[in-house]
Amino acid sequence: MAITLLLDLAESMDPERLAVGLRDEQITAEGLSRLTVGGAAVIVASGARSVAFIGVNGSAFPVAMFAAARAGVPIAPLNYRLAEGQLRELLGRLDAPLVIVDEAYLSVLAGADLPVLSTDEWMRRCATEPAADLPDVDDGDPAVLLFTSGTTAAPKCVVLRHQNLQSYVLQTVEPGSAAEGDAALVSVPTYHVAGVGTVLTNVFAGRRLLYLPNFTPRAWLDLVREEQVTFAMVVPTMLARILDEIGDDVPELPALRTLAYGGARMPQPVLERALRAFPTVDFVNAYGLTETSSTIAVLGPEDHRVALDSDDPAVRARLGSVGRLIPGVEGQVRDFDRVVPAGEEGELWVRGEQVSGEYEGLGSALDEAGWFPTRDRARMDEDGYLFVLGRSDDVIIRGGENIAPAEVEDVLLRHPAVAEVAVLGLPDEEWGECLAAVVVPATGAQCDVEVLREWVRSQLRSAKTPDRIIFRDELPHTDTGKLLRRQLPREFSTVPTPS
Amino acid sequence: MELKPGTRLRSQVGPTEVVVVKSPGGDLGLACGGQPMIPAGDAPAEGLTVAETASDSTLLGKRYTDPDDRIELLVTKPGVGTLALDGVGLGLKQAKPLPASD
Repeated sequence: MAITLLLDLAESMDPERLAVGLRDEQITAEGLSRLTVGGAAVIVASGARSVAFIGVNGSAFPVAMFAAARAGVPIAPLNYRLAEGQLRELLGRLDAPLVIVDEAYLSVLAGADLPVLSTDEWMRRCATEPAADLPDVDDGDPAVLLFTSGTTAAPKCVVLRHQNLQSYVLQTVEPGSAAEGDAALVSVPTYHVAGVGTVLTNVFAGRRLLYLPNFTPRAWLDLVREEQVTFAMVVPTMLARILDEIGDDVPELPALRTLAYGGARMPQPVLERALRAFPTVDFVNAYGLTETSSTIAVLGPEDHRVALDSDDPAVRARLGSVGRLIPGVEGQVRDFDRVVPAGEEGELWVRGEQVSGEYEGLGSALDEAGWFPTRDRARMDEDGYLFVLGRSDDVIIRGGENIAPAEVEDVLLRHPAVAEVAVLGLPDEEWGECLAAVVVPATGAQCDVEVLREWVRSQLRSAKTPDRIIFRDELPHTDTGKLLRRQLPREFSTVPTPS
Repeated sequence: MELKPGTRLRSQVGPTEVVVVKSPGGDLGLACGGQPMIPAGDAPAEGLTVAETASDSTLLGKRYTDPDDRIELLVTKPGVGTLALDGVGLGLKQAKPLPASD
């Protein structure tokens, strides 16, 4: 049973409802279910004990995910953009995998002694393979294995069990709640936890899953219009690129009702631009981690509108919040062992059935009472709105004072000459760490170090003013929009320290 | 029977099946149509019928909860037979949908 329950229920509620792909493809809930039964038979016949998926996002992925679940083996979507050596290393960490791979990446498998199917061949086999006897699947079995992006260390393999994923969906989504004709456009890759969550939540809600494999802002806008997309999820860098693409010429997207964003911190100026460009669209901020089976906090449409229209700084600040914890998830902000009161900063700990906190080979990161340390710095206001200030590892300690890079970054981003910025700590003999900023200037803008320092000093104070600022044409990001902070210090190694 | 989130149960007097969404844990007496519910994979006892006082129909894809909101069930197969916890009938839960987020 397990997560296949979600598909089975959607199928029994409305078998004829379109479930995945373009409208012309006409793949219904019943059709999707049939493909996954065929796919499960393919997996069982191969003798594989796991499935590796190496490919761009597309209809083959939801088929593979549910087929693996029916076959009782976990699926591991891998980052196809990794170097061949890294991909082979990750494949080596999986238990006897059947590899489903796009033609374009087949060369990675050269010489590997593993059963391999191209994505096209996989879909053909799913459509033709007769149903087979399938094992009983326990809710406690692993369903999805996700390798973390490794922005701070080597990738860890997060284990999401059926009970984690199923709990997330059952707590947050009403089965069959989507309207006839609703469609969700997925731009995140399969190896991102949102790429996994989106399969389950949308299938369960009865909302057609539509994929954009290689994101460009133009292709996104075209697909939203042509396929009458009602819901789309983007990472912040995608939203910024969409806004840059449309400029002052905001297109008509009459079907689009909801735009969800998450996966990395959203710069507030980008969000405010987006809210003004699409005044009729509902915005949703989703916060979650791979280890928590996707979303654990949501800032809803009404929260966005109230905050944008408010003159009260505390209410307006909620635009920078990730919202409130969802049902089934508890949260605490802790300073070491002490739970801190509302308004104070600390590390966010969360607990709930959807929280896995488990790593293959490393065991569980949960404490005895089931709490998971997110390693995110956060504070919660009186009304339960959660503010995430960045990774604990990124906190800069300057002269004994903790400084979250986000606070300084937000101020710099409000300067018209700044398009993008990252703030980090560098070793410093006097202060332990000093503040450094890498700034990407806005197009055509004149950027001056002293002007920017004065800008920060006037709004924060001297201790939070960057000691060093350098300019670059772009910042290093993962392809899911996460800033690669550990690459930044080397940018300073070639720049002489100011006297 | 120990009820955990994710536990699947069936009625002994009709086709009704449910999945537990929320549970306080521990031993709870859950019934459908006046007869105890059993694990979804088990066979019902023979000769049981729906009690006249417990003959409401359940609705596919709907959530049911007790007045104290201790337990929540989602109906995965509908049928005749009132759902009840320790003798108290469960009511249809008003959905408070969250906005879609992924």
